Amino acid sequence: MIGGLGHLGLQEDLSLSRVIVITSGKGGVGKTTTSASMGMGLAQKGHRTVVIDFDVGLRNLDLVLGCERRVVYDFINVINGEAHLNQALIRDKRCNKLSVLPASQTRDKDALSVEGVGQVLEELSKDHEYIICDSPAGIEHGALMAMYYADDAVVVTNPEVSSVRDSDRMLGILASKSQRAEQNREPITEYLLLSRYSPNRVVRGEMLSVADVQEILSLKMLGVIPESQSVLNASNSGIPVILDTQSDAGQAYQDMVKRYLGEELPMRFTSDKRGMFGRLFGG
Amino acid sequence: MTVAMESERESAATALEIKAAAFTLPVIRLFQVDMGALAEQLQAKVEQAPDLFAHAPVVIDLSGLDDPDADISFPRLVGLLRGYGMLPVGLRGGSMRHQEAAHGMALALMSDGSSRRMREAANGDASVAVTHAINLQIGRTQNQDDPMDAGIGLEVGSTLIRRPVRSGQKVYAAGGDLTVTAAVSSGAELMADGNIHIYGPLRGRVFAGIKGNTKARIFCQDLQAELVAVAGHYRVSENIPLKLKHARVQIFLEKHKLRIEPF
Repeated sequence: MIGGLGHLGLQEDLSLSRVIVITSGKGGVGKTTTSASMGMGLAQKGHRTVVIDFDVGLRNLDLVLGCERRVVYDFINVINGEAHLNQALIRDKRCNKLSVLPASQTRDKDALSVEGVGQVLEELSKDHEYIICDSPAGIEHGALMAMYYADDAVVVTNPEVSSVRDSDRMLGILASKSQRAEQNREPITEYLLLSRYSPNRVVRGEMLSVADVQEILSLKMLGVIPESQSVLNASNSGIPVILDTQSDAGQAYQDMVKRYLGEELPMRFTSDKRGMFGRLFGG
Repeated sequence: MTVAMESERESAATALEIKAAAFTLPVIRLFQVDMGALAEQLQAKVEQAPDLFAHAPVVIDLSGLDDPDADISFPRLVGLLRGYGMLPVGLRGGSMRHQEAAHGMALALMSDGSSRRMREAANGDASVAVTHAINLQIGRTQNQDDPMDAGIGLEVGSTLIRRPVRSGQKVYAAGGDLTVTAAVSSGAELMADGNIHIYGPLRGRVFAGIKGNTKARIFCQDLQAELVAVAGHYRVSENIPLKLKHARVQIFLEKHKLRIEPF
């Protein structure tokens, strides 16, 4: 039995690259922040990585990665054959292993076709180890296209009931509407990332705890990202927060990337760091 | 209450959708091809239950023929069945020659998946094959983590689901029991013609005996359901006593009243 499993694992590794979808169902939970930081984290570890913005019409990934002024061609141009992939890919200036494929700000999201996306992913897989698909919010066409070819899924959830419910819905869609599901292959590997976590609000009963969320979704936890001003600052200045090694959120993202690559690490930033007085008198 | 079987429509503009559904069809198994003997015996069967065969789609099964490559006049056979009010829709088993002839009569070739089971079934010339109706979307969740097992739940009239049933997913076990060994999320729906067993936390909606089987029961280890129903008698979570939350219970009908009992 163990030999059989090992054999299956070996086959997995033989595939050239892994397609990772960052998804959630709900908006504003940190998908783009996660895509940018995970992409940068994997690239810093020496893996050729590309991050694709699937949020056609509401592109943001280029802003968070600080390359918005270098966008010439985009994902839709490539799908429509109006530009070569190499013309549209933007190489990150801080880490040359990282590239970005920006979304179109002007096109309609229906321009994303199953065949078109498949072709672009196949071409990217030739020289990238990880292809990260930054999904738009919702469960509409754009989100379905982002997850269709995925091998792995990182479901980003905030510790609140509605976000957890939407993530659960998205997990159901991952299990039934992906290419892997349609071809009856091994299902997408699903991971949970809990973001905007605020331990002191959990203590006050205003948020669900890590354990609550994990009990409801029963998934492997890839990381807990604390609610942090540094995330906002980083996004505004076009620097993925993972590069802010001083901040708790940046460190949490580094842990998350290591866990994705197979390291076992204890969860950090999940308990209230303020002292008892802070808890008694703090707001 | 009725159970809506269709998944929600995407938008009003959608003109059609393609789904998988399966139906229970009578199978006419032939052991010999003497039309006279067939007509005689069919006559007797139809007289016993005329309503059963009126406008009934039937499948012709040749897998039990004494002579596997016997000459069969398909036009006569189809005409014979039509004469008794049946609507032959497909062929199961038979030689290449039979299948070509059936094709010429616009009969569909049905897959032979359960013919082994049929052979073990009672020796009658009409028997009923129970096949499974599985919503396309749901079929994917069946035994996904072990492809070797795929289909076992479908064959024997009971269905086993080992992955969590997520919000928005529906699982329907036609003709039998449904067992879920993982969590059932709120917003998920389980339906079965028979009993439903849930070994993970139950937070969704559960409908046992949806075709009116009042003997059907629901068994669960951790009751947090939004709604439970047996044969149309239902209770929403608001009306489930607080002391039963998280309890291990069975839910059944007694004198047309839904009972939830810890055990």
